[in-house]
Amino acid sequence: MSVELDVFVGNTTIMDEEVYQLWLDGYTVNDAVKVRMEGGVMDECEASKDVLLSDTMDQYRTFQMCERLLHSPAKLANQLLFQIPPHRQIMLIERYYAFDDTFVREVLGKKLSKGTKKDLDDISAKTSVTLKSCRRQFDNFKRVFKVVEELKGPLVENIRQHFLLSDKLARDYAAIVFFANNRFETGKRKLQYLSFQDFAFCAGQLISNWTVGAVDNMVEDMDVDLDKEFLQELKELKILITDKDLLDQHKSLVCTALRGKTKVFIEMEGSFKNLSRGLINIAANISLPLRLYPCRSDRWSAADMKLYLTHYTNSAHILDTFKHQVVWDRYMGVVKSCIFKMYHD
Amino acid sequence: MPGKLKAKIVAGRHLPVMDRASDLTDAFVEVKFGNTTFKTDVCPKSLNPQWNSEWFKFEVDDEDLQDEPLQITVLDHDTYSANDAIGKVYIDIDPLLYSEAASVISGWFPIYDTIHGIRGEINVIVKVELFNDLNRFRQSSCGVKFFCTTCIPQCYRATLVHGFVEELVVNEDPEYQWIDRIRTPRASNEARQRLISLMSGELQRKIGLKVLEMGGNAVVGYLQCFDLEGESGLVVRAIGTACTLDKLSSGTPASNACNSPSKDGKEALPTSSSPPPFSPSKPCSRQSSSSDTDLSLTPKTGKNTWPRPSFPFSSLPSPTLHIGEFPFFTLTSFPPGFLLHVGGVVSARSVKLLDRIHNPDEPETRDAWWEEIRQEIKSHARALGCHAVVGYSESTSICEEVCILSASGTAAILNPRYMREGCLDIGCTDHRFEEPSPPNCGFCHIPYDELNMPFPAQLTYCYHCRRQKVPDVLFTTIDLPSEAAVAGKGCLIQARLCRLKKKAQGEANATAISNLLPFMEYELHTQLMNKLKLRSMNALFGLHIQISVGENMLLGLASATGVYLTALPAPGGIQIAGKTPGDLSSEHISSIQKRINDTIAVNKELYQINPPELAEEGVGSPIPEPRHRSRLFRSHSESSDELSELDLSHGKKDAFVLEIDDTDAVEDIHSLLIDAPPPTGFYSCNTENMPGISNWTSGVQMFTSVRVLRLSNANLTNQGLNKIFTDLCENLLKSFYFKLRSMIPCCLCHLNFTVAVPEEELIQVTVTAVAMTYDKEQTQEKTAEKPINKGSLEAEEQLQFPLELCADSSSSNIQTASKISEGRSRSLRSSRSFGGSSVTVVKMTPLSFLPGTRIIKYLGIINMFFIRETTSLREEGGVSGFLHSFIAEVFAMVRAHVAALGGNAVVSYSMKECVFMENPNKNQAQCLINVSGDAVICISETDQESSASTANTGQTGGSETDGAT
Repeated sequence: MSVELDVFVGNTTIMDEEVYQLWLDGYTVNDAVKVRMEGGVMDECEASKDVLLSDTMDQYRTFQMCERLLHSPAKLANQLLFQIPPHRQIMLIERYYAFDDTFVREVLGKKLSKGTKKDLDDISAKTSVTLKSCRRQFDNFKRVFKVVEELKGPLVENIRQHFLLSDKLARDYAAIVFFANNRFETGKRKLQYLSFQDFAFCAGQLISNWTVGAVDNMVEDMDVDLDKEFLQELKELKILITDKDLLDQHKSLVCTALRGKTKVFIEMEGSFKNLSRGLINIAANISLPLRLYPCRSDRWSAADMKLYLTHYTNSAHILDTFKHQVVWDRYMGVVKSCIFKMYHD
Repeated sequence: MPGKLKAKIVAGRHLPVMDRASDLTDAFVEVKFGNTTFKTDVCPKSLNPQWNSEWFKFEVDDEDLQDEPLQITVLDHDTYSANDAIGKVYIDIDPLLYSEAASVISGWFPIYDTIHGIRGEINVIVKVELFNDLNRFRQSSCGVKFFCTTCIPQCYRATLVHGFVEELVVNEDPEYQWIDRIRTPRASNEARQRLISLMSGELQRKIGLKVLEMGGNAVVGYLQCFDLEGESGLVVRAIGTACTLDKLSSGTPASNACNSPSKDGKEALPTSSSPPPFSPSKPCSRQSSSSDTDLSLTPKTGKNTWPRPSFPFSSLPSPTLHIGEFPFFTLTSFPPGFLLHVGGVVSARSVKLLDRIHNPDEPETRDAWWEEIRQEIKSHARALGCHAVVGYSESTSICEEVCILSASGTAAILNPRYMREGCLDIGCTDHRFEEPSPPNCGFCHIPYDELNMPFPAQLTYCYHCRRQKVPDVLFTTIDLPSEAAVAGKGCLIQARLCRLKKKAQGEANATAISNLLPFMEYELHTQLMNKLKLRSMNALFGLHIQISVGENMLLGLASATGVYLTALPAPGGIQIAGKTPGDLSSEHISSIQKRINDTIAVNKELYQINPPELAEEGVGSPIPEPRHRSRLFRSHSESSDELSELDLSHGKKDAFVLEIDDTDAVEDIHSLLIDAPPPTGFYSCNTENMPGISNWTSGVQMFTSVRVLRLSNANLTNQGLNKIFTDLCENLLKSFYFKLRSMIPCCLCHLNFTVAVPEEELIQVTVTAVAMTYDKEQTQEKTAEKPINKGSLEAEEQLQFPLELCADSSSSNIQTASKISEGRSRSLRSSRSFGGSSVTVVKMTPLSFLPGTRIIKYLGIINMFFIRETTSLREEGGVSGFLHSFIAEVFAMVRAHVAALGGNAVVSYSMKECVFMENPNKNQAQCLINVSGDAVICISETDQESSASTANTGQTGGSETDGAT
């Protein structure tokens, strides 16, 4: 004796958020049933294991049928097949597009290609996110990337409108798209300690200050491509390290301002050249803006770092022969806030 | 040329990709009505085409308008090969044919393909211009309204009830035509869908003509069914109740029109101002089954098994009935005062052989079969001293060439003042009915003469009025009358039974089945009776017994809603007895006895059955004859009719005695106790109203569930099979409770179980029901406040005069009703905030009302038939995945049609047919679904103001609904 067929269809589609999460997390039906049993749901309504299994299967089927619609969330609102109250639709979409920080950290900055997709099982093993869930998340990144690639206008807004996501999630996706597009490497060992949210913040800074969109908001890819003219101009900042006089002048200005204000003054003074070189080199070779590790030192506190950078930036304005003030501000503004963000344990 | 049909194709969206190369589609549309076809232009390379076509005009007879659906086909243009069909939409334009319903059909319809399911949507506008036709000999019946609802629809009042209408049409089933061998499955499915659509149109038109002939203007309780007979044809048949309905003006306050359960729609009938004389009725079912093949065409009424009707009732002033006319009513709930007495359930079954039909293409043979059954029902009703049958329904079960026809209803005496003269001929006024009886017990009083009782029964004086006799239990197929006085809550009671039978052919098979039927009826009845006692209840409403035939077994499922009627005596307990003393260890017996007593006590608590204690037993109320006890005999022992009859009434004990004579009996008692009560917070019933609950809040969730079980063990016994079947039903209920737990406190209403044996080793159970939330606080309040509300004087009287109690409970009902509306408005407002979706929310319910809302317009009947087939079963997620998406698609199509009519809800929704066939080896499956209901516009009861405007525009209903949870 076996159950050959078992379905339950409600006029209003019934969805249990807990089961939805299990499905999104890539649990098999049987594993999901186990988790639910451990969660104590059986005590409600005197359910048995069979009841739980049947319910889980029904819901999994429903989610599978909905998945096609979730790929273009705007359809969910005007499709006729499932009657889902609007607040549930929002929940479904938001959760479908949510991702694991550990997973996104692994693919951030990588090309969203078939090649990367093949590596997902390794990533799955490393992050202990199920392969199924990895695939979903990866496909989401790819789908969002593909759609916004061809759109004009602000990136975050485009993502929010096309995928009906919350502002927070749309910003995260903007960061992912930005990194994927510019292929910034984030996998370096020295950057391992940084979380996705750190990178997302940096991406946000870059998008609003360094992209084409920062100067012109009607071009394609405005928020994805960096402003080429600006990058060209950045090269000219090299003068700060190549011109010996300028370098010394800058150093003495900074040191004067810092003296007595920090415990690590000696160290700051000693490493000024290196630090400055590091910062300016990044500007000249922007492809890796996150190679800011020279600034990291075990002994500097966040306050020290802040103090140092503030004076470092401001002192440059006082230099008579330094003509690139506008570019300098546009550059240092972002670099400063990124470094502050990254300067944590 | 009395009508002009106009259609406009506006746009499409979400179309499937038909051209792999471009990932796009070049779509165009064919619009067909009758033999005329129009085409739109091709809209190249778009998945969201905008056609914005001209108005396509069809000039047609209104006869065709009634029969034919508008057929819209969406195709992909292909320059080099044949155009590919994307899918079709059939639009039934019947709702446009009467003035009070919809004026335009406009909206997005799912494009449906029988192989691929829904493939995108199309926006269509349809209008009809009707010219007045005064031709007396016309064949159309435009203007007759149809309602699936089995009560007088809200916002109408019945001025006359004309009576029973029925019709039946037959055609060859396209699936069995020779051409089916060479055409594609898609073509064959579409031919079938179209044919059934045509046949139902024709059927409805013919019934409409009968109604016009009778002078009516509407059919209420319209029940249409299909019989897929296979080789011998495809039958579409329908029954209904012809009425003359008056629309209440839109300014009328809600209470006038509303039949919602919390209210008694007194104004629904014009003449009911004076309290109508109510009177007694009597419980008991009479059933019979007659088996006859074409060789023996006479119904063998002598085969009646339980309780055997004694026919001579000469002294009973029997109402004379017109020959050939059936005083049957498909309605299940009535305006107060309509129903005088209820006699009990009457049913008849008959086994027929389909391959013996002489002229299968003509309806005559089937007409004769049903005629026979109806006659039998009529004579049963007469035996119960009743002149009418209410809550009447008919059904069939077909397996290969064997067909079981069944009909059942409730024998009753109706108030003649609502009848068209001659519809019911009540020759002489029965003196017994002259004395007016209180409304909340009158219908329980027996309609037959106690000296000439049609079967042995235990009568007592009514516990309310003490004047008339009442039976100890009452079984009916109708809903609980709103004025009835009940104690506690009701609950779903089911009896389930499997009987194995040998595989056989033709006549031998029919005989075997006919021989089994009486035993099944008897056992189902015994089970029902025991379960009723176990719940300490004394009446069943909405009783529906389905017997389904398979190749090697018969399945019987009886569902009803048990309730404690305070007019009837309290049920005695159940007593266990060994066959002979010392037969089984007395210890064993006493342990079973204890379990039973415990269960009864628990159930009393659970269903809050605390009937008003009679102050002094017997004061002024002679409880006359010593109570009888009945012994229930196991029918599978050699017991024949005579035996059971002999034993039905003797002994002097109060309690129901169950005798344990063998191990099977022990099993049976265990299975009695196996029915788990619903978990806390849940109640269930299969009727329109849940006895004891009326304070509904706005949560409504209609659902359909299908489960198919494969029996792998070939050597099953009846007992084993019973257990499997019982578990199947119980587990389904458990699943529902679990799934709907977020709605607690909630009640599953109108639980409608359908069983089938689609293949030799398969059992299929299909359930459609609605879960509705209610306000728990108010229920308790109600019980608690009852005496306080009524003032101390009456509260005192209540103790002494049962009669006062009746009055009290009915008036407190009204108070509850007003409290409810407050509760409703609160919850409605709170769930209002979700809006903004472009798709109209359409609620569906098998009930005739939606809690917290008022129906302001009926837009027409929804009657849809779909076939879905697949040749890639595995890819679609197996049988469950296939059926799951099909049912979801059917819901979607129903909702879309309702929304296009301007409606926002379907009431009296039912899934009448769900035939599922599979062939996993070939990776194939096919399913047929037939659904029906009434499309309506309903508005929140708190939104009185907007009602008029909504009614006038007729198209804005959608925005009124709140998001269902």
